[in-house]
Amino acid sequence: MSAGNDQYFSRYADPRRARRARIWVLLGVSVLAVLFQVYVPLYLRVLSFLQMPLLVTMYFSLMYRSPVRGIFIGAGIGLTQDSLSQLPLGMLGIVKTLVGYFAGSVGMRFDVDHPVMRFTLTLFFVLFHQLLFWMLQRSLLGATAAFEPVGTLFQALLNAIIGIPLFHLLDKLRSRA
Amino acid sequence: MDTILRRYRNLTILLVVLFAQLVLLAWQVKSAQDVPLVRVWAVTAVTPLARLLDSVRSAGARLLEDYVILTGVQRENRRLKEELGRLKLESQFLRSELATAERAQALHAFQQRTPSRTIAARVIGTGAGSNPGVVLVDRGASAGVQRGMAVITPDGIVGKLLAAYPNASQVLLVTDASFAAGVISAKHRVRGTLKGQSQANCRVLYIPGEAKVEAGEMFYTSGEDRIFPKGLPAGRVISVRDGNPFREVMVEPSGLQGGVEEVLIVLEGIHQEIPESGESIAGFHMLPSPGATLEAGAGSALPNQAPAATEADAVHQRYKALGEAQGHRFGEGAPGSRPPDFNLPLPAPSLSVDGAGQVAPPAGSQAPGAAPPASPAPTPAKPGVAKSAPPSASPD
Repeated sequence: MSAGNDQYFSRYADPRRARRARIWVLLGVSVLAVLFQVYVPLYLRVLSFLQMPLLVTMYFSLMYRSPVRGIFIGAGIGLTQDSLSQLPLGMLGIVKTLVGYFAGSVGMRFDVDHPVMRFTLTLFFVLFHQLLFWMLQRSLLGATAAFEPVGTLFQALLNAIIGIPLFHLLDKLRSRA
Repeated sequence: MDTILRRYRNLTILLVVLFAQLVLLAWQVKSAQDVPLVRVWAVTAVTPLARLLDSVRSAGARLLEDYVILTGVQRENRRLKEELGRLKLESQFLRSELATAERAQALHAFQQRTPSRTIAARVIGTGAGSNPGVVLVDRGASAGVQRGMAVITPDGIVGKLLAAYPNASQVLLVTDASFAAGVISAKHRVRGTLKGQSQANCRVLYIPGEAKVEAGEMFYTSGEDRIFPKGLPAGRVISVRDGNPFREVMVEPSGLQGGVEEVLIVLEGIHQEIPESGESIAGFHMLPSPGATLEAGAGSALPNQAPAATEADAVHQRYKALGEAQGHRFGEGAPGSRPPDFNLPLPAPSLSVDGAGQVAPPAGSQAPGAAPPASPAPTPAKPGVAKSAPPSASPD
């Protein structure tokens, strides 16, 4: 798919519509998201369902409307999360790299500022993330954990619900390009 | 090749990144080795932030906890203050009710025990003028109340009715400067006149300089004013100062102690005995009126004399009779001349004086006080009306 085709098929691919997050906002929010995932469930186990790094990866990838940026954002956040977890480096990196890439691609084609779209995309990408991670765990690490579709769907729903106000909050930190 | 890479730039980058991570992953899995350096860097990088976040979290939690506790404490404090205020009001109300009930009970008990016929009344206001010595009570002429009636409490006299209106009456308190009542001391039987001073305490006037009055002694009504029945507490002596010709005796009125709210109006007074102890009026005994007592002792022996209304009258009549019996003419005689012997018994209707000037009573006559007559019935003392009993024995 060429850049010209992208522009042709998407009326949202206009770079003037893209919003740029300041670099310090990107880094700060990403680190906070990882820290949130690492530390908050220690004190509030009820929040362990929340996939904050994934939501942040999605958000920045969607907002930058660039698959390449999405790749690097996903890879960076995923590897950071890997490095702070017991998982081998690359497990979450691969999954989030793919999420970032697809989110960046989707952001070029759809109006990702709309709450309904955001809800739908979040629901989809959380399911995709969890499924892909489970598959990688089984295929690369030989893990035997069963996939729980209902639990995963419920988790995706909750993340999608949380994602709407979170994305709205992050919108405040961006500057129009 | 270059064109292909440029055309599929995004996909190429994705594949490269994924491949790199897969290689890294595969190496870790195959060699069972970790990449400690990366993890050390990552942990070292995030630890300060994590510490900061944890500090913020702890501080926030503490603050929140303190705030919640403080809010709870404030709420509790507010609630307790409100409750305290309510309980204070309730306590005050109950205390007032209890005091009222106690006063009413005491009043009722006193009313039952006192021989005088009384009617209870409640103080409903003070005088409208600047005179603080007047109060209004809620009994008037329709309840049988008349001007001049005595107003008392179990503690003592309160005042007298200044005016009786149909449904209310005006009471002149004992502290008013225009109030006066005859009183007698409990211990030494010294007589005087209780007089208001327009202040908290009253004065007992006309106490002779040689009369014995002690501080703390009680004064009771003497009944001689014909308003207050004899034997009601008037007040306690708080100070005695010598004077010439009269001593200055200050009395704390006992009927006004603790304020006046409920009173008794004496519709028909009965004279009572003055207690010797002077401490209380717990026992009420119906005794003969002062007049009756005098008549029994002296008045009956004096012919052609009006019945003595007071002890002073009786003494005056007795001295007069003794003087006449001894040929003494009062108001005459040089200073230093021999006075009549007032210690002699009263002369009989036909007295004979012996050579020594002694008055000899007739045979069969009785010395006064030698054998007092039986105690007569109590004498009503309606205000403004002399209620002396008729002579118990007519002179022969």
